[in-house]
Amino acid sequence: MSEGETRAWERAPVLTVEHLTMRFGGLVAVHDLSFTAGRGDITALIGPNGAGKTTVFNCITGFYKPSEGMITLAHPDGSTFLLERLDDYRIASKAHVARTFQNIRLFSGMSVLENLLVAQHNRLMRASGFTFAGIIGLGTFRRAEEKAVELAKYWLERTGLLERADDAAGDLPYGDQRRLEIARAMCTQPVLLCLDEPAAGLNPRESHELNQLLLSIRESENISILLIEHDMGVVMEISDHIIVLDYGEKIADGTPQQVRTDPAVIAAYLGVEDEEVEAVEKEILQ
Amino acid sequence: MEYFLQQLINGVTLGSIYGLIAIGYTMVYGIIGMINFAHGDIFMVGAFIALIFIIALGFTAGTSFILLVLALMLVLVIAMVLTSIWGWTVERLAYRPLRESFRLAPLITAIGMSIVLQNLVQILQGARVKPLQPIITGGYVIMEKDGFVVNLSNIQILIVVTTVILMAVFSLIIARTELGRAQRACEQDRVMAALVGVNVDRTISLTFVIGAALAAVAGLMYLLYYGVIDFYIGFVAGIKAFTAAVLGGIGSLPGAMLGGMTIGLIETFWSAYFTVEYKDVAAFSILAIVLIFLPSGLLGKPEVEKV
Repeated sequence: MSEGETRAWERAPVLTVEHLTMRFGGLVAVHDLSFTAGRGDITALIGPNGAGKTTVFNCITGFYKPSEGMITLAHPDGSTFLLERLDDYRIASKAHVARTFQNIRLFSGMSVLENLLVAQHNRLMRASGFTFAGIIGLGTFRRAEEKAVELAKYWLERTGLLERADDAAGDLPYGDQRRLEIARAMCTQPVLLCLDEPAAGLNPRESHELNQLLLSIRESENISILLIEHDMGVVMEISDHIIVLDYGEKIADGTPQQVRTDPAVIAAYLGVEDEEVEAVEKEILQ
Repeated sequence: MEYFLQQLINGVTLGSIYGLIAIGYTMVYGIIGMINFAHGDIFMVGAFIALIFIIALGFTAGTSFILLVLALMLVLVIAMVLTSIWGWTVERLAYRPLRESFRLAPLITAIGMSIVLQNLVQILQGARVKPLQPIITGGYVIMEKDGFVVNLSNIQILIVVTTVILMAVFSLIIARTELGRAQRACEQDRVMAALVGVNVDRTISLTFVIGAALAAVAGLMYLLYYGVIDFYIGFVAGIKAFTAAVLGGIGSLPGAMLGGMTIGLIETFWSAYFTVEYKDVAAFSILAIVLIFLPSGLLGKPEVEKV
């Protein structure tokens, strides 16, 4: 990329976080954080343990109400949503932000297919006239249900889970549960997909497959992905844009190439004192 | 044998009423893990609403059959709708504001709500028992031997048939419809359900509405069967139905139906073969014994600690 060219996250941000601060009592988990995520980009949020990555995620997905700051989501049609002002379920149903969890949270007692149908709740609820028309057996509900099952099947196929559609979600092996969580998030038809450590606990082969899946989702679905990841292999391979956090503050922001050579990042990851940063920098530049 | 058969019929009828109320307990427990102690009184409110509309419409046993059926259906629908509004209101006022509070808080407001409903009805309708002339009369003689007649009355048929139909319909709602799916999702993980776009508050409200509607059906059946109601019937019936829900495995819908039947049958048979005074003791003793050996009830799933 040449110097003069503007990047997607500067030109057309899907998510704009401005001056986000999150305090828990006296503890400041995130302090005055501003960043943007570009439309169609895979944006990675990285940083050492306790850097505040998951807190940022929780603010974006309505888990926490930020102490300060603004989080704006822009849809492709131009409408914008202030995420910090929406109720938790409206973030999914109105703003179309979906997320997955570091420790998987499926509806484990329900079947794989049902997990994906719940994710299409609002469409089905409307089509069934809040269930009551559905009981009478109105055609609109059956058609909506068929469409929902079709979408679910599509995602089961993409994630390679089609044969397990009727199994209880909790009975799937770990790697399959990870992919099912992504499939469920995709069934909400998100504009922004937030993945909290999607590769955690996967073996190298599964992790590679996950990369392919995420790249193909971005390719085909016209969505933006924001992910937290520890596995640097994954991050460097698939992301277009990396934001590095340390102690709740942004210390670097740029392309994988830029971030990889950023001395502050290296210092943060290696745990170097501030004074030594320059020394480290020299070492790298040699 | 004849005596046994007659008691079986009576027991199933009583069990149906308990089962209908027990569903309200079990569904609410399933979705928010709280015992709605005001549910028995919602049942009582349903019975009073039914009584008021039966008197207002002015039909009696003498009314022609078609008209009687239509009028009863109308009363049933009105009672279900109005009682649902009560159920919704109780949840909205007394439980939702405390949902994020500590676990015992909604339990205490539930007991408070129960007292409020009882006293409200006592003030509005008076403390004396309200009688209703039998509306559905007649029946069939199934068997007659040595002068003992086994009767199956029309009202018993009506109660059992209505119960079976409604239980089937509501089981289908839970298993097949989007609302049922959302309810089960909320049962498992309310936070995650909200994150995939399920309006959790609305789903919980609808659960209360369904529970109250079924309690209203039970209220109308109770009124038609026994012919007397007062402001206090909700307490005893509520405790019995709660017992039924626990016996069947709280949180399980078929469990509530099975538990209701079991409690109804135990009570009836105990009264028939032993003493009427100790029928409640018998029912609760059996509950205690079952819970010793099956702590999660007859059909309940054992609670799995989430790691």
